[in-house]
Amino acid sequence: MSQSTGQFGATSLKSSPLKSPRISPAFFAWLLVAPALLFILVIVAWPLLETFRLSFTNARLGGESYVGLENYEKLLEKRKFHQTIYRTFYWMFLSVSLKLILGLIGASLLNAAVPGKALFRVLVMPPWVIPIAIGCIGWLWLYNGYFGILSGTAQWLGLIDGPFEFLAHKKSAFYSAVVTDVWVGTPMVTLFFLAAMQGVSRDLYEAAWVDGAGRWYRFRRITIPQIMPVIVSMMLLSAIWTFNSFEVIWILTEGGPRSASTTLIIDTYKTAIGNYKFGEGAARAVIIVILLSIFSLIYLFFLNKVNKIYGSK
Amino acid sequence: MMDRYSPLQMVGIYLCLAVFLTFILLPFVEMFMASLRPLEHLFRSPYQFWSDDFSFEAYSKMWDTVPLLGRYIFNSVFISTAVTLITMILVIPAAYAFARLDFPYKNATLGMFLGVNMFTGAVLLIPLYRVLQSLGLLNSYWAMIIPGVAFLIPTGIWLLRSYLEKIPRELEEAAYVDGASRIYILRRVVLPLAIPGLIVVGVAVFIGAYAQQFLFAITFNQTREYQPLPAGIFEFIGYQSVTWNEMMAAALVGVLPVMLIFLFLQKYLVAGLTAGAIKE
Repeated sequence: MSQSTGQFGATSLKSSPLKSPRISPAFFAWLLVAPALLFILVIVAWPLLETFRLSFTNARLGGESYVGLENYEKLLEKRKFHQTIYRTFYWMFLSVSLKLILGLIGASLLNAAVPGKALFRVLVMPPWVIPIAIGCIGWLWLYNGYFGILSGTAQWLGLIDGPFEFLAHKKSAFYSAVVTDVWVGTPMVTLFFLAAMQGVSRDLYEAAWVDGAGRWYRFRRITIPQIMPVIVSMMLLSAIWTFNSFEVIWILTEGGPRSASTTLIIDTYKTAIGNYKFGEGAARAVIIVILLSIFSLIYLFFLNKVNKIYGSK
Repeated sequence: MMDRYSPLQMVGIYLCLAVFLTFILLPFVEMFMASLRPLEHLFRSPYQFWSDDFSFEAYSKMWDTVPLLGRYIFNSVFISTAVTLITMILVIPAAYAFARLDFPYKNATLGMFLGVNMFTGAVLLIPLYRVLQSLGLLNSYWAMIIPGVAFLIPTGIWLLRSYLEKIPRELEEAAYVDGASRIYILRRVVLPLAIPGLIVVGVAVFIGAYAQQFLFAITFNQTREYQPLPAGIFEFIGYQSVTWNEMMAAALVGVLPVMLIFLFLQKYLVAGLTAGAIKE
């Protein structure tokens, strides 16, 4: 900016009533960033370091002392913890794939040039906007065996004899939580895919259409490659959010029945906040941080590849 | 033309849309239906799809069952408003710096901010609990506002930065040539131009703040008077009985503030939030 200040500018600087002592641009920039940075350092970065430290202690409500790697050793031996890790990945895999598939289908439907599409677009958004906890109350009711419409419909169709409590059985509780988590995440994925699809140049489609390419072919060969970077971004973001998903499981099942829906986050929360075992909870939190960092690295790697293959405009 | 569908295809598209929207809207419909049924009819067996005595009674009785309900809704709005204001105050200068100025470690700093998005509060709850405890902020509004701000700063910076980048530089340069100070340029030239962007980011932060209260509320706050709606609503689950119909009514009334804001601004919001997707 200062290069554009010519002779005339320099003189007017001196006479201006608005002038202030010129500080270096870098210093000014840091001054602007500092408040936000400080806030993040105190509320996020420092607690993160503190989590690492606590994971080597047996901190509880009373006090703490250094125990070395004991917390981690305990975790690695625990069969239950292995199951939790396995379950967390299964949870993530199921939920993310469903979100992406439903998001693609939903975005394609909303992108179709049919009357009423503006209204449909608005109708997709509510789960994204409202607090997850509130949405889950609706699902609590849906899954209820006696009063919920799901069990009611299944009975009416003759699929089940009596009321079925979706959240009372190990398997059905887990899959019910997956469905609700998919419900929470799908709208955002759908809208991002839709925005990306609308950004694809029409010329490409028209050229393909003139050449006689069908809809499915155009979708496969134009739409998908063109929005690939967004698909990859959404995959990672959904993976991180699904991995971190707390409220859905906590409100529906609190991780039960008998740990059937306990993911790493739920396990960490129960250990640290529920049982006040801060040290053991911190060890779990550190494992979460490490896993999340690995996801991010994988993501950056793939994003680079995708951008190379499909080219980012 | 290539966008024309045969009648059969039209039927297919609408059918699929109907299934998709049913999945998305079913919980809301179910909540609304449940809120209309008298309590004793909710427990009828076998299941009834339709009741003959729907009424809006729950919407008036819920205020008596949970006397603090009004307070909870107020708290939710209050906490979100406070979070939004503080977040914007911190985000505006930072976003400007990232959009316009060059400084050492710029990309690393931006990366660090975005890295925060990777964690939810759940990972940091333990030390955060102790930080808030030692500051004497547990069981207060601050216990929910401070973590709320921290986790919305990155999103705010990211969204506002891409908006500010679109404002032409020439205006700032002209003001600079005329001798305006940097702060003056930011306040009098950039901010007025950025008002549409500020509104989008502000509303996005508000909705985010409204949505994320649950975890911080149940972990850092035990004071009932300060509880936001997503946590307070579980009071309908009493020791003796659950007044489900009133809980559903309260849930629907409680999301009304965000839903209204959203409906009015949805066009700008969606465009602003998904801008990154199109730019790629």
